[in-house]
Amino acid sequence: MLTVEDAGIIQGLRRGDESVFVSLFNQYQNSLLRLALIYATDQRIAEEVVQETWLAVLKGIHRFEGRSALKTWIYSILINRAKTVAQREGRHSDLALSLDEQADLDESTVAVDRFRPDEDPQYPHHWLSGPQDWGELPEEKLLSDETRRVIFMAIEGLSPNQREVITLRDIEMLSSEEACNILGISESNQRVLLHRARGRVRQALEQYFGE
Amino acid sequence: MNNELSCQELVELVTDYLEGALSEMDKERFEAHVSVCYDCHSYFDQMRHTIRLIGRLSESALNPTVKDELLSLFRDWKKELPPADE
Ligand SMILES: [Zn+2]
Repeated sequence: MLTVEDAGIIQGLRRGDESVFVSLFNQYQNSLLRLALIYATDQRIAEEVVQETWLAVLKGIHRFEGRSALKTWIYSILINRAKTVAQREGRHSDLALSLDEQADLDESTVAVDRFRPDEDPQYPHHWLSGPQDWGELPEEKLLSDETRRVIFMAIEGLSPNQREVITLRDIEMLSSEEACNILGISESNQRVLLHRARGRVRQALEQYFGE
Repeated sequence: MNNELSCQELVELVTDYLEGALSEMDKERFEAHVSVCYDCHSYFDQMRHTIRLIGRLSESALNPTVKDELLSLFRDWKKELPPADE
């Protein structure tokens, strides 16, 4: 289903309207670069991948049938391209990836020792040391550059699959349906990855705010 | 089996709750717990803060400008376009 807006952009591109291309570029360039950086070893490779994506968009626009939203299509091209390049560069082999995910599945979102043990006579599995109330933190602290840096570093430390999901969902604000389409994963798999990823970022923030 | 969620169970359900993926019964159990448990209320609040703060990364500093190279590639591509007859 194409939106009116998408249909207008597609027509404009097919006509070769440069202003349509430039505004599409302005809208997506940051996002594409951010996604490319999940896989690329450096900024230069990421920029190349993004440039190739734009060329693929132009080459493919006459054949684009609009079965997905324009955004979904562009992001899919970028991700496929970025993965191909990463494989060529020998990064993130599938084996390494799956082992990485496997290790992560066994881990709980909050450290086990934060809860009362199973044999606790009164409240088994209830909080032993409860979470801090972040509502009490000053807004300047929450919105500081340092907080941003902590989040950025936490996301950089995630597995590529978790990074893809949290980037598409929480930074690019895509719906879960859009993210699943782009990544070719199931809704439930996506939720697991999102849960782990958000949990890791929360942990990093908790550590930083608790300092 | 106790029908009430423990705190440790609840933290693993936060994303499913926010994604609307819980069954009606689990959703009720989740909400019942959060409404009476101070610590889980704080935890849930932390997750909402976390999500909001992650979203701020989209305001990244880089200001994209179309590189001349890409624009010239666009113009080359345009030359190959079939003539429009609308
Ligand atoms: Zn609780």
